[in-house]
Amino acid sequence: MSAASETPHGEAGGAHDHDIDPRHVHGHDGGHGSGAAHGTFKGYVIGFLLSVVLTAIPFWLVMDKVFADPKTTVFIVMAFAVVQILVHMVYFLHLNTSSEGGWNMLALIFTMVLVVITLSGSLWVMYHMNTNMMPMSPQDMRNMP
Amino acid sequence: MSTHATDTMSATPSQGFYLTSEHHPENGTMLGFWIYLMSDCLVFAVLFAMYGILGGNYAAGPGPKDLFELPTVAINTSMLLLSSITYGFAMLEIQRSRKGATLFWLAITGCFGAAFVGLELTEFAHFIHEGAGPQRSAFLSSFFTLVGTHGLHVSFGIIWLITLMVQVGWRGLTPENIRRLSCLSLFWHFLDVVWIGVFTFVYLMGVLR
Repeated sequence: MSAASETPHGEAGGAHDHDIDPRHVHGHDGGHGSGAAHGTFKGYVIGFLLSVVLTAIPFWLVMDKVFADPKTTVFIVMAFAVVQILVHMVYFLHLNTSSEGGWNMLALIFTMVLVVITLSGSLWVMYHMNTNMMPMSPQDMRNMP
Repeated sequence: MSTHATDTMSATPSQGFYLTSEHHPENGTMLGFWIYLMSDCLVFAVLFAMYGILGGNYAAGPGPKDLFELPTVAINTSMLLLSSITYGFAMLEIQRSRKGATLFWLAITGCFGAAFVGLELTEFAHFIHEGAGPQRSAFLSSFFTLVGTHGLHVSFGIIWLITLMVQVGWRGLTPENIRRLSCLSLFWHFLDVVWIGVFTFVYLMGVLR
């Protein structure tokens, strides 16, 4: 019985705090129902059409060998991938700076920093290790301890 | 303390109860799931890094140019892209509280997902049949690990999708089910984002290399 009378106190107090908390207002705007931002039919269709174009062009560039220099194609294809990832984030994952009070965006930025460090660091270190390895014949390699 | 408790309770009992139980757990779930996805993103980043390092070591075996068939990959990509928008349509039907239409679009999404996994498994079986299995070279080991992990995610996504279809069919579009479907929506679209990286870095750039 005492626990039952304690609980409403805690919750009522929490609710009172929330009334004056500016985050509460946001919670009602962005977090209505599921907590995630909602999509619209128009948004999904725009995202889909953009994705189709951003997928089709790289495939066409590579399959039809549009550019003679593969390096040009690599850079363009990478640029398209980055743009398409952003399109998916905005139109399908409904990511914006205010969803979940900005914590979604913060977690994403943190992850992206880690991803960039992991990817660039691994490739950089391993490339230099490969380049600086002592030349070795397959026979030597097989006889390695 | 106790008088204060009784005062607050008698003043706003329903409001207090309503506010705390309404949006706190839900926001928490979606944010928590987003953080899970970010950790999954790190898993894929490590696999991509591994592929970036080992992807050129063919051990005198077949390379990407000999193995990859871009038309198949293009069909695979379109399957995943179509499943993304059909899941979006399912989410729109949830907003309109239409159970039948939601189940319909979820079923279509599951079919596209199954087609994707099926095509990928066919591709894998073809590679292994040609003697280009994961044990052939470092390139193929990292390829099978990276693409296989993505395919495994999609497979589990399909199992999750079927489970939720059963739950929606049984219980209807309850707040709990809507929350679960929102989590799966994030998961499904996230896998599509990872696939953009796979088809760009593994398939397109592999053929260019």
